[in-house]
Amino acid sequence: MTFLDFEEPIEQLFEKRSKLVEMQTQGDLNLDDKIAELDKLIEEKKENLYANLTPWQRVQLSRHPERPYTLYYIHHIFEDFIELHGDRKAGDDKAIVGGIANLDGQSVVVIGQQKGVNTKMRQYRNFGMANPQGYRKALRLMKLAEKFNKPIVTFIDTPGAFPGIEAEELGQAEAIARNLFEMTKLRVPVISIIIGEGASGGAIGIGVSDKTLMLENTWFTVISPESCSSILWRSWDYKEVAAEQLKLTANDMHKMKIVDTIIKEPLGGAHHNPEEMAKTLKRSIKRNLTLLNELSPEERIEKRIAKYAAIGTFEERKVQ
Amino acid sequence: MSNWFKRITTGIRTSPQEKKEMPEGLWFKCPSCKATIAQVEHRENLQVCSSCGFHERVGPKAYFELFFDENSRPKLLFDNLYPVDSLEFVDLKSYTDRIKEAEEKSEAAEAMEVATGKMGGIKVVVAAMNFSYIGGSMGAVVGEKIARSVDYCIENKCPLIIISKSGGARMMESGISLMQMIKTSAKLTQLADAQIPYVSLLTDPTTGGVTASFSMLGDINIAEPKALIGFAGPRVIMETMNLKELPEGFQRSEYLMEHGFLDFIAERKDLKEKIVKALKLLKI
Ligand SMILES: [Zn+2]
Repeated sequence: MTFLDFEEPIEQLFEKRSKLVEMQTQGDLNLDDKIAELDKLIEEKKENLYANLTPWQRVQLSRHPERPYTLYYIHHIFEDFIELHGDRKAGDDKAIVGGIANLDGQSVVVIGQQKGVNTKMRQYRNFGMANPQGYRKALRLMKLAEKFNKPIVTFIDTPGAFPGIEAEELGQAEAIARNLFEMTKLRVPVISIIIGEGASGGAIGIGVSDKTLMLENTWFTVISPESCSSILWRSWDYKEVAAEQLKLTANDMHKMKIVDTIIKEPLGGAHHNPEEMAKTLKRSIKRNLTLLNELSPEERIEKRIAKYAAIGTFEERKVQ
Repeated sequence: MSNWFKRITTGIRTSPQEKKEMPEGLWFKCPSCKATIAQVEHRENLQVCSSCGFHERVGPKAYFELFFDENSRPKLLFDNLYPVDSLEFVDLKSYTDRIKEAEEKSEAAEAMEVATGKMGGIKVVVAAMNFSYIGGSMGAVVGEKIARSVDYCIENKCPLIIISKSGGARMMESGISLMQMIKTSAKLTQLADAQIPYVSLLTDPTTGGVTASFSMLGDINIAEPKALIGFAGPRVIMETMNLKELPEGFQRSEYLMEHGFLDFIAERKDLKEKIVKALKLLKI
């Protein structure tokens, strides 16, 4: 397991544990008691460590290299997934995956940003940074869902839409804007889940929903803490402060009514128990779909628009 | 035009007496061709360089004067909305202080001003962004002004013209500003359902979350010549792609039109006539 800087206290315990396990398998010693003791200590330490994470530590967890990504959830929550490729215009973006799948007897269209699991795949997936072809593929699949009256589930995990020459040439801005507009009008239920990083326009390009769910150790806001630090503090050194100021955690986003539900992660983060995470997420998706299915398409669209129209605090002075 | 409206209106077509009092001096030095032009002449020319055609950035009031018919009585809308530092955001300055400074510097209440009046005889709503107010950034007030403009246009069955000039979403409003991208786009679906025309005019510069939401969603997308229009900023693209320079004309109006994202480019002096013509044709 990879440990983050602030996880040093448990890293040492984990190391100790694997040594004991190794000693036990090599020798005749019975170390079960010692290992059990250590496991208890690890659990205690974990509870302490993860009880009061700073916003920046949550950002770090959201980017943990062993964290489950979109395809993991698709394969562990749904059955019979068939991936569908291409935007029918210019290409097939590898940073966004999508297709049809079965959720306990109900067909669902699933879409999400996909990060790579190793160095080679990270490049192949462009680090989860989509190009216009990705947003247009996503929209094509959403229209497919609408045509056959299937609900949509989107998984958000991106450090941002890709800032590249070709992306601009093909209309990154138009692709995202079009999705915001078209997703508002979708007649089928839409659930979006922030499973890792929810950075800016790149995230909401597949994130206009009836219900937005957010995993406990993820972040969602207008800019990454690093870029925010570089622009507003004119230095890369203020990412921790920027993370605090941006109020980018699930709790903050829930308070702002931008996110509907916070999904609890296993202790230590989703990667400490991906299977349990997928199970929790599946329950939440099913519960929300049941609720959304009770509404008519018109009611859903009206509520969807009303939800976003209500976001924003301002002062309304008396007209003289 | 009523007196109070005239009073707050500066820029294009001001009287010679007012011009003498212009604080920025008597001369306009063109940043593009370096020509020096008398302010009087430059303003007559709608702040477009008479030597090279460079379009100087102008604020909402200038567009209001340019667009609304001279004999009509344009009325400001939603000018009682002010920003709130609801997240108590502090970077090198507090957002509260930034708001105060921006108000003083720009003499505006926010980064967008909305007015309604007749344009070529047609009642329209014009929502124009102000770049001197925190880089024309979009926060809750800009989002709300667009939302209310949409409602107003539906109620009064009149076209909406939005003039973009913005660095994107306002960081100091964090998630709230991000959501304004969805809010404005979502409201525009209602305008579309009501079959009311929406003209988007993109001016220098239009980038980030503003381009990636309402700016790109016009029934007709127009730009002034050579305006910087894009999603990512040029510097970010160079850093990401490890480039020393970008192709000539990259992310300029002409480039966007060539790639299919603009209906046409019009010089400032032709904007009104062309927009009115299009609106009339859409109506017949
Ligand atoms: Zn010039």
